[in-house]
Amino acid sequence: MNKIIEKEYFSDKVVRLVVENPLIAKSRKPGNFVILRIGEDGERFPLTIAGADPVKGTITLVVQIMGVSSSKLVALEVGDSITDLVGPLGKPTHIGKIGTVLAAGGGVGVAPLLPIVEAFKKAGNRVITVIAARNKDLIILEDEMRKWSDEVIVMTDDGSYGRQGLVTAGMEEIIKREKVDECIVIGPAIMMKFASILTKKYEIPTQASLNSIMVDGTGMCGACRVTVGGKTRFTCVDGPEFDAHQVDFDEMLMRLGGYVQEEKKATEIYSQKL
Amino acid sequence: MSLNPEYLKEERNQMWRAELRSKTKNKDRMLIDRVKMPELAAAIRVKHQDREVNMGLEQLQAQLEATRCMDCSNPTCIEGCPVSINIPKFIKYIEKGEILMAAATLKETNALPAVCGRVCPQEKQCESRCFYVDKLDKPSVAIGHLERFAADFERNSGASNIPETAAPNGIKVATVGSGPAALSFAGDMVKYGYDVTVFEALHEIGGVLKYGIPEFRLPNSVVDFELENLRKMGVKFETNYIVGRTSSFDDLREEGYKGFFIGSGAGLPRFMEIPGENYNGILSSNEYLTRVNLMGAATDDKDTPVLRGKNVAVIGGGNTAMDSVRTALRLGAQRAMIIYRRSEAEMPARVEEVKHAKEEGVEFMTLCNPLEYFADEKGRVKGMRLNRMGLGEPDASGRRRPMPIEGSEFELDVDLVVVAVGVSPNPLVPSCLPDLKVSKWGTIIVDEEKMQSSISEMFAGGDIVRGGATVILAMGDGRRAAENMHQYLQNKPNN
Repeated sequence: MNKIIEKEYFSDKVVRLVVENPLIAKSRKPGNFVILRIGEDGERFPLTIAGADPVKGTITLVVQIMGVSSSKLVALEVGDSITDLVGPLGKPTHIGKIGTVLAAGGGVGVAPLLPIVEAFKKAGNRVITVIAARNKDLIILEDEMRKWSDEVIVMTDDGSYGRQGLVTAGMEEIIKREKVDECIVIGPAIMMKFASILTKKYEIPTQASLNSIMVDGTGMCGACRVTVGGKTRFTCVDGPEFDAHQVDFDEMLMRLGGYVQEEKKATEIYSQKL
Repeated sequence: MSLNPEYLKEERNQMWRAELRSKTKNKDRMLIDRVKMPELAAAIRVKHQDREVNMGLEQLQAQLEATRCMDCSNPTCIEGCPVSINIPKFIKYIEKGEILMAAATLKETNALPAVCGRVCPQEKQCESRCFYVDKLDKPSVAIGHLERFAADFERNSGASNIPETAAPNGIKVATVGSGPAALSFAGDMVKYGYDVTVFEALHEIGGVLKYGIPEFRLPNSVVDFELENLRKMGVKFETNYIVGRTSSFDDLREEGYKGFFIGSGAGLPRFMEIPGENYNGILSSNEYLTRVNLMGAATDDKDTPVLRGKNVAVIGGGNTAMDSVRTALRLGAQRAMIIYRRSEAEMPARVEEVKHAKEEGVEFMTLCNPLEYFADEKGRVKGMRLNRMGLGEPDASGRRRPMPIEGSEFELDVDLVVVAVGVSPNPLVPSCLPDLKVSKWGTIIVDEEKMQSSISEMFAGGDIVRGGATVILAMGDGRRAAENMHQYLQNKPNN
């Protein structure tokens, strides 16, 4: 169980893992996430599922090295097993035939966006995808996105690939060009905040998949709480996708920084051990 | 589900019991003072998250305490026990010095005696119905301490006796969750001969016994031993498995499962919905205790972090609040406060927990209610505003309703707040079952006698039914569900 079948480096810090878990491979839907734990001393952390093969019984995860837990996951090699893996968690993305869907992914957020893009395309929508990253090396899954999108726009902060500019520039260009019925954004909180401000201006319904801090991931702890439409909601059971225009992204950004000191210290200790 | 009176009478009439009764006169039994549980000194224990406060009775102490029990012909104590332990029988075995037999008696009806001996609110249950309390106005026999003694004795003796189980009947049943309700259900079903699998969402079995109750009150090793007993009886355990998500109920039906017990517990922690409650440093007791107990966040070698506070406020007056505030002390708080909107008399916590907390230096700010939190520029809580409360007329719970006193507002410096004001049922399982009837609060509706839900092969118990209960009430539910599911499955055609 949970054995790593494939491992591919997209860049120094971004890795794609194909993991054996037949039950989750069969039951997951686009938008679902899993909770992982690496080693007996590991913490529990969430990752949105980037794809699955129910026939082979595998799921795909894409992880970016950020701190101790992601480093421990990336340190696993083909043949190793993930200590604990549970899911699928969270409500799946609501997929329907809406018309034109604009999907925007930032950084490693492009990975969980892929199955959603695929599902919207298969449901008969016109899908335009904007993928963005700081530089060329961090652009991932472009070919896969092209397979399921009518059009793909690539944006890099430094202009090293595609067009230079933020994800919002690519999005706005599309919105000005044609009628967009719905947007879906996944990426760093700050990116989702500005994407949401943009689509609110144009009054386009927008879903954002939030990456809150979680412990159990099953509704028990409340670490992932977020204010949506003035009410406290739990990302793990009420989300992870919410109406972006109702999300209090400033509070979310503040809460994501809640353990910064502890994370910094843990990363230092971990890198000394290596 | 009380024990059959004939069985009780028969047991009581056994030669050894009669001899023991005549050996010591009742008036001499009554002269013995109730035993005092030896405790680790408060000054030492506040430095150790993992050292148990109650140290357990010595055998001589236990035998003397057991001598106090008069082996009443009408043992009302049993009626006070949600799992109907044959209390006089196990206590008399202790008096006689046959401690392993006492432990075996406990296991006749209780899958987790070492746990219950530690965490049951005995003063509200068996002990409140003891002859000493009822008729003599004296402290009751220390039933809880004795239960713990017998269970610990067996564990430490290495001679664990596994209760007898009926011949396997090959019928598969599953529990959803692995807390006290599910474990007690599993223990009884395996005794009836079923093929029982316990499915748990977390990476550890035990539910609230593992993630909730701290080491200083219930060591994990004690829970693990009881789990091992269940394993030896044939119960199977699956971690990282969310029934309804990882696999659907239909998938499991196809795999041959004929009955389900839902004991998925109290999921969502409640908050007060007051301004500033989402600042960093304000967290639910579930989160705080899970980080420390399940994830080991207080030790350096574990990756999971926990925020530490100098001035810690814990909101609430239940056992979870006491567990949280005492954990905060052990993690270095200079000031650890309980903030409770009613008075101490209304606190739902066990009397012993309140006593221990006070000995350890916890401040009790009763009749105080939080109104708002303040944070520093980074969003970390730094203070709170409260008001004082008075008590009005009794409310729906029968307790006097707390009413704000006008003009009584004040502020308090706090850098960590743990909110322990209750939980709502976990929606994860009910949301997978559209046909399952739930109340407006999200609890599963069951027939109170049978614990059977609106889906006939699904039974439920514990917090997912009660909204918030004790370990022992959950266990009582599990036992009742087992008894009735057994009958249901036996009477069902095509088995």
